Amino acid sequence: MKIRNLVIAGVAAVMMLAGGVAGAEDLVIKGSTTVLPIAQEVAEAYMKENPNVNISISGGGSGNGIKAIIDGTTDIGNSSRFIKGKEVKLALEKGAYPVPFRVAYDAIIPVVHPSNSLNDLTLEQLKAIYEGKTKNWKEIGGPDKTIVVISRDTSSGTYEVWESKVMNKGRVFPGALLQASNGAVAQAVAKNDNAVGYIGLGYINDDVKAVTVGGVVGSKETTLNGTFPISRPLFMFTTGWPEGKTVDFLNYLLHPDKGQKFIEKIGFVPLY
Amino acid sequence: MTGNRRKKAEKTMKSLFFIIATASVAVLGMIMIFLFMEGLPIFKEVSVKNFLFGKYWYPTSDPPDFGIFPLIIASISVTGVSAVMAIPLGVMTAVYLAELASKRVAEIVKPMVELLAALPSVVIGFFGMVVVAPFLQDIFDMPTGLNLFNASLMLAFMSIPTICSISEDAIYSVPNALREGSLALGATQWETIIRVVLPASISGISTAVILGMSRAIGETMVVLMVAGGAAMIPGSIFDPVRPMPASIAAEMAEAPFRGEHYYALFATGIVLFLFTLFFNVIADFISNRYRQVGEASL
Repeated sequence: MKIRNLVIAGVAAVMMLAGGVAGAEDLVIKGSTTVLPIAQEVAEAYMKENPNVNISISGGGSGNGIKAIIDGTTDIGNSSRFIKGKEVKLALEKGAYPVPFRVAYDAIIPVVHPSNSLNDLTLEQLKAIYEGKTKNWKEIGGPDKTIVVISRDTSSGTYEVWESKVMNKGRVFPGALLQASNGAVAQAVAKNDNAVGYIGLGYINDDVKAVTVGGVVGSKETTLNGTFPISRPLFMFTTGWPEGKTVDFLNYLLHPDKGQKFIEKIGFVPLY
Repeated sequence: MTGNRRKKAEKTMKSLFFIIATASVAVLGMIMIFLFMEGLPIFKEVSVKNFLFGKYWYPTSDPPDFGIFPLIIASISVTGVSAVMAIPLGVMTAVYLAELASKRVAEIVKPMVELLAALPSVVIGFFGMVVVAPFLQDIFDMPTGLNLFNASLMLAFMSIPTICSISEDAIYSVPNALREGSLALGATQWETIIRVVLPASISGISTAVILGMSRAIGETMVVLMVAGGAAMIPGSIFDPVRPMPASIAAEMAEAPFRGEHYYALFATGIVLFLFTLFFNVIADFISNRYRQVGEASL
């Protein structure tokens, strides 16, 4: 008897759960791990305001995000780069029309210890330092001290920007120290007179000194007007012009007082 | 009737405990299967030899390089140097606590040493990063304090409690008759400790040392924070290194799911697992092989 009651209760519970899920509207977001924290942060706030919308977010990289848009397996595909010509062609062949939305900018600023006298490094100097060719600060006009090069783990989006904008196909030499987050790099640079590192604009604090790149100060303004070289826009793609919940979510994300105010908090540059 | 019920209860309890015991073993087994399933596919891309002995770790470059030799060397050297620091300290503390200290002192010191083990590794790592690293930089004028030496020192802190407390138990359990016999033959207390007590407890001490080392080799947070993380073969103990757990922890979160990099990190996990397995098998072997049985075998 007891067991039968349990079974009935169980079945009822499952049915209620299924009904509940069916009632909610689902929004799927996939792709770039760089854009992932933006999607997560904004989705959380959005779901709080719209409790009937259920957003599921996963990473997988920019390539996978765009592929998911082409295959139609996601509503929004995140990408830290613009769509490639090959991908556009593939999408049109499959009848999908990818629409890009610029959601934020990523600006990476080289930093040194506050006691360091250098104020400016060119892209070439940064590349030589990170390739291990320039080993001493005196070679670039600093004191006679070994340069301690601090880099990020190779799978991070920050490293990706550095690799494409500064290293330009060169490899960061194996002797570079590795830190696993923007905060850890800032911490390590703050504790070492000889260090050079790079962090997202949002992580700059008084314990480190931001270096200008080829005379350009890394800031929100120089990023948005395109003069700061170590930056890139971040995208979300949809298949065709978005409708329903998707457009609602994107509007929320692009709204200066709603989604965009989270962007700066997690270390990126907002659009406004 | 009641007898029947009691038998039934007994049987239920027995099977309940059996299920719980097998569950933990089963979970362990499944983790192992998972580890191998996710790690082995990398060997379709790169040979075992190139993976283990390749000198360059550039998992996201194009084309990528998956050589974990610098990582293996880093793990071994960090563990080795920390052993050099931790073993004398741990064993000597144990000898002091078990043989020389008054009961009152031992009662205060032993829990304090064991409390060291309760320090979360992230706290030890943070200490190494913000206190020890700048100190090493200033005092020894090193380019960076985040290096092999600093990491070994922090790992030594972590393995000392393990080594000390297991060794202390081993020394303490040496039968008193042995000590009394030695002293009765005219040996001094020093001679008794060195010639009689330590040899009698060597299996326990070895187990302690190996368990301490296997804790050090698998430790992640500390090495991630203070070892520096340069994926190169260190030239001196003051060079930055990147042990295997640090590499896995730093890169796993953002490695594309089931991509080459992901497989390579799991394969690194397999290598790490084999290392700790090896340590534990040795510990088990020693504790069985040289077990002190009774007083007659010495």
